[in-house]
Amino acid sequence: MIAIALNITIAFIALAVVLNVYRLVRGPDAPDRVLALDTLYINAIALILLLDIQLGTRIYLEAALLIAVMGFIGTVALAKYLKRGSVIE
Amino acid sequence: MALVAEVGISILLVTGGVFALVGAIGLARLPDFYTRLHGPTKATTIGVGSIAMASFLYFYDTNTSHDLLELLIMVFLFLTAPISANFLAKAAMHLKVKITKNTRGHPWDQ
Repeated sequence: MIAIALNITIAFIALAVVLNVYRLVRGPDAPDRVLALDTLYINAIALILLLDIQLGTRIYLEAALLIAVMGFIGTVALAKYLKRGSVIE
Repeated sequence: MALVAEVGISILLVTGGVFALVGAIGLARLPDFYTRLHGPTKATTIGVGSIAMASFLYFYDTNTSHDLLELLIMVFLFLTAPISANFLAKAAMHLKVKITKNTRGHPWDQ
């Protein structure tokens, strides 16, 4: 049962990634693209967690944690750049 | 694995996938930036939190590991998603991105 649910979930997340890439390419303004990147890294964390369940190991979870930290820092830096024109004043 | 655990983990997984997909549909379909900000920052965060909870329960139930890394990821996502959404909304207000016609009030003009 878990195998079926896992496959359905991976399909849903893959579809979500496709929609995010659509917004990333199409997005009329810069904040739209930053928001699409933010959602993309969150979906990447979900895909890594699902891959870990699929393979039955836990060695990729540190990568998921690093992506969570670095993605947040990247989003804040990009938003700060859009607002002020520089990241560190 | 017990049947209860299997059903619970499956429900958590599919719920997480559905929430992430709904957030992505909101990001792709809604009319302007401020409405688009709703989808990912609420639905996707809940979806990934649900998937992390399912992963934690799975590895706890199969006795593979007993550490709390997934809960750490979950707490971190729940803490940082509103902060990044607030920063993005402030940046969009500064850049004066387009709004839909039905928006009430213009707080960034005051």
